[in-house]
Amino acid sequence: MGKYSKEFLKRLYKSMVRIRVCEESFVEPILRGEVQCPVHLYSGQEAIAAGVCSALTEQDYIFGSHRSHGHYLAKGGGMRELVAEIYCKEAGCSRGRGGSMHIIAPEIGMVGSAPIVAGTIPLALGAALASRIREEKRVTVSFFGDGATGEGVLYESLNFAALKKLPIIFACENNFYSTHMPIRECRPENNISKIAKPFCIQGYRVDGNDVLKVYETSKKGVEMCRRGRGPVFIELMTYRLRGHVGPDDNIQGSHTDIRSRKEIERWKKKDPLGRFEKYLIKNGVLTGKSIDTIKKEIESEVKDAHDFTRNSRYPGKEELTRYVFKE
Amino acid sequence: MSLKSRKLPYSLAINEAIHQMMEMDKAVFLIGQGVKSPWYVGNTARGLMEKYGPQRVIDTPVSENAITGAAVGAAIVGMRPIVVHPRMDFMLYALDPIINEAANWHYMFGGKSSVPVVIWGIINRGGEQAAQHSQALHALFSHIPGLKVVMPSTPYDAKGLMISAIQDNNPVVYIDDRWLYTLEGEVPREAYSVPIGKGAIRREGRDVTLVAASYMVIESLKASEELKNDGVDVEVIDLRSVKPLDETLLFESVKKTGRLVVVDGGWKTCGIAAEVSARVSENIFEYLKAPVYRVTLPDVPAPASCVLEKEYYPDSKTIVNAVKGVLGG
Repeated sequence: MGKYSKEFLKRLYKSMVRIRVCEESFVEPILRGEVQCPVHLYSGQEAIAAGVCSALTEQDYIFGSHRSHGHYLAKGGGMRELVAEIYCKEAGCSRGRGGSMHIIAPEIGMVGSAPIVAGTIPLALGAALASRIREEKRVTVSFFGDGATGEGVLYESLNFAALKKLPIIFACENNFYSTHMPIRECRPENNISKIAKPFCIQGYRVDGNDVLKVYETSKKGVEMCRRGRGPVFIELMTYRLRGHVGPDDNIQGSHTDIRSRKEIERWKKKDPLGRFEKYLIKNGVLTGKSIDTIKKEIESEVKDAHDFTRNSRYPGKEELTRYVFKE
Repeated sequence: MSLKSRKLPYSLAINEAIHQMMEMDKAVFLIGQGVKSPWYVGNTARGLMEKYGPQRVIDTPVSENAITGAAVGAAIVGMRPIVVHPRMDFMLYALDPIINEAANWHYMFGGKSSVPVVIWGIINRGGEQAAQHSQALHALFSHIPGLKVVMPSTPYDAKGLMISAIQDNNPVVYIDDRWLYTLEGEVPREAYSVPIGKGAIRREGRDVTLVAASYMVIESLKASEELKNDGVDVEVIDLRSVKPLDETLLFESVKKTGRLVVVDGGWKTCGIAAEVSARVSENIFEYLKAPVYRVTLPDVPAPASCVLEKEYYPDSKTIVNAVKGVLGG
């Protein structure tokens, strides 16, 4: 505790709460059919986005996947632009052309997210290559899930990044499911961090539900990259509290029939938000009361974003063909 | 033609474009398999490594997906990369970064981010190289919204279109053909651009319009000479860009001649020839005096045997026959 300032810890906590409250605010609108585009909620994985991004500066780049609301928010993206995008409104961060799976905020280094599994990994590789060519100190983080370890381009990218010692962090969020497939049915080896070694890359495996551990490892990785000792591979073990897509929690016996109730209960006990709250209270950083105040503040920020979205317009029909090319 | 121009082979015209653009803009770099080996890229990369070094002339392992993705990613963050595929057959490994990412990027982010990348694919036909070393895949890329596709047929255009492709703020697929590499032509010494989306009339004529791109322009011009001896006056249009198509030039010519033969080095079904034909039918059907003819590859993979190759690739004779057909002869 001693090494962190109260301000830093509060910021970290707020970053996580902001993601959780935002994500959970979509549950009802999805069920009511107000949100129609596919939404992959980040609830349960907040410590990763918050921990990794707090080790970065605004100049650093991040690339995301299908489940990237958290990455965007943790990097500093605006709440209104995110919520409006998920409703596919013109005021959204992608002007309603992208939806939940295409989130962007170039001004704060959120370079883009895309749902083709592993599709943004080589893009992040290229951003890191650009930094090398321009001789910048910038670091790029590529966020992807355990499912992406089944894609060949990841290994091509690891090889090239290591060959050229590029300043890139491969951040693999292992939530143990590749959509409906448990990891044991996807990989003979469940320790993903081991894939770094054959490419001479330093690999770490950390508890992705412990935000301070995530932060510490990321900070070390960022420093290595800045000193020309990249790339770095970090496996972050976590669990999504919701299902692959939408609010469904994929319980066995339900129509999705994926995860056992026991397993879900076990992981709920490891909820990164609850764990960090306990830590903060124990160390006198926050009290039950100040936690409530923070939550209320953030709830009102999220409500404001929904109100803003409700009052904003859809893209005009006459604009269908706009943005195919940059003029 | 500029006073400062002189003759250059097609391959060195490309080389000069890259030299000049790398000199003018530090954001330009060349990446791909074989960029330091003439075996892969002919002399198109001559002198680049010596002048700009391995930071900006990056020879890579055989990893088309990651390397093309890296070029796309670098473009997204402000570079102007050229990624080369010495055989475009191997470029199929990179369809995800080209189509899913680069082509869609500007649109799916509502114009907030763009991808100024040149994806350079070399067609490498003949020589009994068979099905996986001979493919001309321009129609496949032309199908995709968000991509521009250029196919120069002369050294002048090879340089000017490479410069335009590099300067364009969108992903441009630049496709050349090794059969053109030794073709010589006038090329100005200074940097200049050839507009993407503008075709050129290579030969004026009144009787039949021949539309072609890339190497097939050469065969079409040969055919037009042979036909001249038969008293047929052929107009040859070089598309230069297969996407976007220069409809204005195309329609003006067909309005004048009333007859159209489309010549393409790709396959027939869903190909460029089909597209050109459809555009003419949709827009200026009333000017047509005869059905449109297509000269293309048959819908067959490239064979190895030289006997079959001869049958497979259309040449000036195939074109002459098609023109005679459209004239009702």
